[in-house]
Amino acid sequence: MDSEIAAILAMDGIATGAIYVLIALGFVLIFAVTRVIFVPFGDIAAFTALTLAALETKQLPGTVGLVAALAGLATLMELVSILRAGAFGSIPRAIFFYLLLPLIPAAVVWLTAGTLLPMPLRILLSIALILPIAPLLDRVVFRPIADASVLLLLTVAVALHFALVGLGLLFFGPEGVRTQSLTDYTLNIGDIPVSAQTLLIVAAAAVFSLLLYLFFGFTLSGKALHATALNRTGARLMGIRPNYAGTVAYLLGSVLAAVSGILIAPVNTIFYDSGFLIGLKAFVGAIIGGLVSFPVTAAGSLFVGILESFAAFQSSAFKEVIVFSVLIPVLLWRSYTFAYSEEHPDE
Amino acid sequence: MAVLAIDNVSVCYGKVEAVRNVSLAVEKGGIATVIGPNGAGKTSLLMTAIGLIPSTGRILYDGEDISRLDTEERVEMGFCLVPEKRELFAEMSVYDNLLLGAYSRRGQTAAIRRSIDEVFHRFPRLKERRAQNAGTLSGGERQMLALGRALMAKPRLLMLDEPSLGLAPLITRDIFHIIASLRELGVSILVVEQNARAALETADFGYVMETGEIVHSGPADALITDPRLITTYLGGNEAA
Amino acid sequence: MSTTQSRFAIAIAVLVVATLPYVLAPFSITLLNYIGVYSFVALGLVLLTGVGGMVSFGQASFMGIAAYATAWTSALMGYSPWLGLALALVVTAAVAVVVGAVTLRLHGHFLSLSTIAWGLALYYTFGNLQSLGQYNGIPSVPPISIGSLELIGSTKIYYLIWPLLLLAMLASHNLLRSRAGRAMRALRGGNVLVESLGVNAFWIRLVTFVIAAMLAAVSGWLYAHMSRFVSPTPFDVTMGIEFLMMAMVGGSGYLLGAVVGAALITLLKDGIQDYLPLIAPNAAGQLRIVVFSALFILFLQHARDGVVPFVAQWLPEPARKRPAPANPLPRRTQPVPGQTLMKVEGAQRRFGGLMAVNNVSFEVRSGEILGLIGPNGAGKSTMFNLITGALPVNGGRIIFAGNDLTNAPQRKIARAGIARTFQHVKLRPRMTVLDNVLLGTYARTSSGFLAGALRLDRGEEGCARYETMRQLDRVGLSERAFELAGNLPLGNQRVLEIARALAADPILLVLDEPAAGLRQQEKRALAELLRALRAEGLTILLVEHDMTFVMGLVDRIVVMEFGTKLCEGDPRAVRDNPRVQEAYLGGVA
Repeated sequence: MDSEIAAILAMDGIATGAIYVLIALGFVLIFAVTRVIFVPFGDIAAFTALTLAALETKQLPGTVGLVAALAGLATLMELVSILRAGAFGSIPRAIFFYLLLPLIPAAVVWLTAGTLLPMPLRILLSIALILPIAPLLDRVVFRPIADASVLLLLTVAVALHFALVGLGLLFFGPEGVRTQSLTDYTLNIGDIPVSAQTLLIVAAAAVFSLLLYLFFGFTLSGKALHATALNRTGARLMGIRPNYAGTVAYLLGSVLAAVSGILIAPVNTIFYDSGFLIGLKAFVGAIIGGLVSFPVTAAGSLFVGILESFAAFQSSAFKEVIVFSVLIPVLLWRSYTFAYSEEHPDE
Repeated sequence: MAVLAIDNVSVCYGKVEAVRNVSLAVEKGGIATVIGPNGAGKTSLLMTAIGLIPSTGRILYDGEDISRLDTEERVEMGFCLVPEKRELFAEMSVYDNLLLGAYSRRGQTAAIRRSIDEVFHRFPRLKERRAQNAGTLSGGERQMLALGRALMAKPRLLMLDEPSLGLAPLITRDIFHIIASLRELGVSILVVEQNARAALETADFGYVMETGEIVHSGPADALITDPRLITTYLGGNEAA
Repeated sequence: MSTTQSRFAIAIAVLVVATLPYVLAPFSITLLNYIGVYSFVALGLVLLTGVGGMVSFGQASFMGIAAYATAWTSALMGYSPWLGLALALVVTAAVAVVVGAVTLRLHGHFLSLSTIAWGLALYYTFGNLQSLGQYNGIPSVPPISIGSLELIGSTKIYYLIWPLLLLAMLASHNLLRSRAGRAMRALRGGNVLVESLGVNAFWIRLVTFVIAAMLAAVSGWLYAHMSRFVSPTPFDVTMGIEFLMMAMVGGSGYLLGAVVGAALITLLKDGIQDYLPLIAPNAAGQLRIVVFSALFILFLQHARDGVVPFVAQWLPEPARKRPAPANPLPRRTQPVPGQTLMKVEGAQRRFGGLMAVNNVSFEVRSGEILGLIGPNGAGKSTMFNLITGALPVNGGRIIFAGNDLTNAPQRKIARAGIARTFQHVKLRPRMTVLDNVLLGTYARTSSGFLAGALRLDRGEEGCARYETMRQLDRVGLSERAFELAGNLPLGNQRVLEIARALAADPILLVLDEPAAGLRQQEKRALAELLRALRAEGLTILLVEHDMTFVMGLVDRIVVMEFGTKLCEGDPRAVRDNPRVQEAYLGGVA
């Protein structure tokens, strides 16, 4: 392998790695606030890509049906718990947040189906459409068991992922999609052609990494959000609402998932089940960051991208084996640096 | 007028009645204490007063029925609890723990910074350890941090669950001095304690709780000389 | 429910299992065969996850390794399936040892994530190896033969699967009630407790992991020769999670839960396959996994403990008999009183920039009760952790009974004769009082996993149980021997810790705030007990804040402050020392 090939592989790796950065940041964000390892995160990114593709071809995206079904289910559950607590005054609020708000983007899409909207609008609409899904899933699936152990939450998240893949097939069909690239501009760094698309992805990764790092490390709101994961009771006693914190985390995380979906859609062919593998490799990056540090997560995810690129060059069949085997030494390393201040209580 | 009135409250865990028809009151600006042995239901009482566990009966705050409000809403009204298990944020620094204590006052940045300085003044040990993670503090230092964190919220009504648990005699005296001094700031206090002597020496009014019920109550200085209590609870516990 | 009754119930169950093939249609028998095969993996998960607390998503991979091993041996190489079994067991065990040695030092969700990692790595390996047929797999796997009888057809292999399963369950049942099984059950909740009792937690975890893998291997072998075809698909992470579902739905803490869970999940999948097309004819294929996952999520939200414990609530309690008298376990000779038993020389411990213990030296004399007092943050608990090996020292030495125990692991220190209790009570709330105290005898006994599974350890168990009962009698807890330790009030829990420490037959007893949270009478009873123990020659080192308790009990006191030794001497002298009063007591005696 000469230096030119190595450089191209590295560039390729950085481009893929940057996508992994966005997804990994989302994993860390959601875990840092809710203690949920949100396995379906990759699926949400894939769904965004599929949504964008549908809008591009003037079709009604399957997402509309998915959002409607989830909104209905969440509203029902919320109404049941309101009725049980006898707090009838909260009913209008519940209907607004769980039914009306999520359905607005869906309604817009439904009304404009059949017309080709300009690209920025398509992108915005895709993101808006996808945004409610994770918070609604949180309400339906995770909130009833919010104080369960991380392991139970992980098991539920894995089961949820399988459900989403099934729903993905139902709502989007089995075909793969590829969207138009956001920009066709290319420039040369040294002798290597670098597409503006790649630069966009890397820039997005860098910006989000920085913002999240600053938010969680230095602002009161960020620390309050993180506190709900560290000690739910303690947070409540400070007046911090864990449910609200969870919703914010899932919304912010969804933005990351959606953006990565938009950015990856022109580059790879995305199927209804592509999310898992992408999410899993990004997850290796999140583990490198110990599920807690945003800068290290970003670095780790880039590393995974580059590793995959070189591994694929050596042996494309075994590149998955290599990437997942790397996870084990990383976990080992991380478990030594992970501070276990108190032994975990008997489950 | 009572700032807190607990009216005929019962708490059940499955078939077990941890708290049975308990009524008590905390006068505005006063210090009330509930003493009694381990397992009497004192912690359950405080947990339901702040809204973390359900109960039958009413909780009245300044005369208003808050029984249906969430814990977070009660905290925003100035009603705080330092729980038995402290519930600190172990992976965050001492400083951040204190900062989050003032969450309900968010926005008042300068005032919050002053409050932190005040807490450090009261507890110099915490100032030394300001950058350390709360989980690395010793048992007694964690108690101090929990109390300091509660003070950050500038509460109107503060409930303390066993503030002297695990504390050395000298610090126990200091903690109760601090509790007494809070009265000057206009804070009303409800202290649950096993250390009956220290609690009754500080409080105005006392309740004795055994197996879920209030079996005895009265002004603190009357209780402290009551012969029945002296044998069971006041047996010369601490040196101070 | 007495032993006779439970034996009767088991006999009925065996009879039912033996006669089912005569009553049911072949398709149902095939279903039962799959349930049986899956039960092996679920059984392994009950031991690994339910008992040992290690959640594994990757058990399907071990099944796959075994299936491929036997398929390669019999289909590709032409040897007997029994040789395939041997190879399957060896290869699976080897892989399990390697994977376990590397990953079992991880805890909690990190460990589970690693199981997803190697599960995936193995799946992609199966799918990409040319020699194993890649994603097309290995066809034409021959059936198992016993002599000249070929096990083709659902009924014949039924009579291999189910008896094997019953044997495996019996062995597991024996194992869980043995010394090794107790150690397995005590793993959940952290390492510090078990290591302080002399248990090698990592080794117990590793053996449990390998046992679960071997059970999955048997399952893989049976599966390969039953379905006569091996491909990667049945061994991916999806299947791994289904096995976990089986164990959880059945009740992961119960052996029976493995079979119940396997049955429920298999029947559920079958049911969904049959009935879903009737409800949603067009979307049936895609909705199957959705319905299945949704049901599992609902289950986890509302009934996470599983079916078996739910049903078990209504069954009568098993009868508990007091352990019969037996020969005593060998005892240590206590040292002659008055000599130096333990010497701490210049101990140092640093946390970041803070010196928690700064050059502290003192000695403990045999036959005395030594009190360690001091303000909060003085370093007393840290000192205890250094002495018992829960924390390593950064400098200085600790010499016990002539042996240098500086930085020795907790296990070694426990076996040298130091037993401890903890500031915050450490016990296993879901084990009985008797079992908790039995853990104390771990270092004095030696039966291993095999002896436990085959019930060859009855003699030693009898001795250990009787010894435990003696200690419970002594501390006054024998009436509550069969209650769950978690149901005891705090005072009794502290006494349980002492009984457990005594069951280890220590030379030095180290007690961390034993009187904290106790009522007056309980404190008096505790002081009585400690005096009685001293009279028997036991040496005691304790930390306490209750001065009345300490003054009336100890022979000497060491005072610590800010990580250093402030003074030491007899109780009266220490109490009157003005520096001690200023730092700790508050000026008034």
